[in-house]
Amino acid sequence: MNPEAIYQTLAEQFGEAVLSFDTEQAGDPNICIAASAVADVCIYLAETDTLAFDSLMCLSGVDLGTKEENFAVVYHLYSMQHRNKVVIKTLVPKTDPRLPTVEHIWKTANWHEREAFDLYGIVFEGHGDLRRILLPDDWEGYPLRKDYKEPELYRGMQVPY
Amino acid sequence: MEAQRTESKFVELKPFADEMVVNMGPQHPSTHGVLRLELKLDGEVVREAIPHIGYLHRCFEKHSENLSYSQIIPFTDRMDYVAAMNQNWGFCLAVEKLLEADEKREFAVPERAEYLRVLICELNRIASHLLSFGTYGMDLGAFTPFLYAFRDREKLLLLFEKVCGARLTYNYIRIGGVSEIIPMEPGSLMEQNFLDEIAEFLDYFEPKIDEYNELLTSNSIFAERTMGVAVMSAEMALSYGATGPNIRGSGVDWDLRRDEPYSIYDRFDFDVPIAKDIPELGAVVGDCWSRYKVRMDEMKQSVRIVRQILAEGLPDGPVMADLKAVRPPKGEIYFRSEAPRGELGFYIVSDGTPKPVRVKGRSPCFSALSALQELSRGLMVADIIAIIGSIDIVMGEVDR
Repeated sequence: MNPEAIYQTLAEQFGEAVLSFDTEQAGDPNICIAASAVADVCIYLAETDTLAFDSLMCLSGVDLGTKEENFAVVYHLYSMQHRNKVVIKTLVPKTDPRLPTVEHIWKTANWHEREAFDLYGIVFEGHGDLRRILLPDDWEGYPLRKDYKEPELYRGMQVPY
Repeated sequence: MEAQRTESKFVELKPFADEMVVNMGPQHPSTHGVLRLELKLDGEVVREAIPHIGYLHRCFEKHSENLSYSQIIPFTDRMDYVAAMNQNWGFCLAVEKLLEADEKREFAVPERAEYLRVLICELNRIASHLLSFGTYGMDLGAFTPFLYAFRDREKLLLLFEKVCGARLTYNYIRIGGVSEIIPMEPGSLMEQNFLDEIAEFLDYFEPKIDEYNELLTSNSIFAERTMGVAVMSAEMALSYGATGPNIRGSGVDWDLRRDEPYSIYDRFDFDVPIAKDIPELGAVVGDCWSRYKVRMDEMKQSVRIVRQILAEGLPDGPVMADLKAVRPPKGEIYFRSEAPRGELGFYIVSDGTPKPVRVKGRSPCFSALSALQELSRGLMVADIIAIIGSIDIVMGEVDR
């Protein structure tokens, strides 16, 4: 099933929660989903026999620039059974970046979501263990945000070099 | 609970009174770098092993946003530094894929560069698996295989040095081809010498694999420590995003080189080793030994691929595509390739400028390591060492 057919299926199933199908730009086309519906759409993608997306290849947060109002969270899914790929994208406002977790669907999402939380400050609601993963627990700020300013000192050590 | 206890006249059994928390690492010889494990122990039984990572975090993703595409390649070297050629290649493949999506210009990687890439990356895979084999033996108390593995790996590193001048961080594979820092003219004596040296190495190395199997794989102490330990089912491996030798060790017949062929892998003939139950020995699909054995068998297949290239010879022509500037169109791509440790993916978002907006490295070790907590529950402390070695992590890649 190609991404367009998957988009049609999702649009029929979820109606307005499926926002758009973006083929304008080069590379992978992606299906844009409303943030609140992400977990439902993912369960549907993983558990419907005709789709069977059993592996989450990658989950990434994206900040497209300081002028943008939203962060994007991108899910790259693959189905071992049908050998299909699909890219799901959601937008969450920078002022309050929250969306439901998919940790219960693919266990690998646990660490990937922790990474997105660590580096972007995106909160995955319902995640069992959402704490920093790469940075120290007492680090301030979220480094991959485009407007991030690194602190002068961390525990008395100079940060910028 | 506290109040209850003071009221009672009897000594109550405190459920987790014997729990002891032990820090293993970050400086520990068998954590393969700087991994810290918080072990919650009941005597010698592990109740929980919580990995703490990030000690090698350099945030190459943030650096990437301020660099041009070609400048990012040396950063990928420092991800998985024992298989850096494959990391270079993974990143270049993703950028090339995005460049190809630009309709305005024609672009193709030259044949000669493709052959050199496969040749070097398969040799690098052997070097990486040799390191994994040697250190795994050492973790479990067999010191000799380590010396043998490093002796042979050294020969490979010298070959890499001849082609790009560096032993570990190569920056050899570039966007659009390979580096010409040490020129090797098609049909020249230098090329012939280089290929002869590889052929000589393969003739020397191939029988050694059987020797190593005798030395370590069938060693009864090693087998006792690894067979039937920490069985990862196929479903679990898939859910945790374990890839490469780890998922093949769980019996899933999956290899990106064969199932999603990129570059010129579809021209070569090779098998994908899959773990099987071996009841007479005691090996179960998905245990530590199976994951280890898949790597040993993969080395033979890499030798096979390299031999096919040597038989064909390198094609003539340039080693670099005619690319004036690396400037991918506005768009995004996720491309994955089969690195020695599994599926190495790069997610790149471009806005049409010479610098990327976002680069994410999807590291195979990061995903595989997240399974450790579930794998190690209820096992012995010594088994933790066996698991870490068998999932073959490189912390440079986990922390990026």
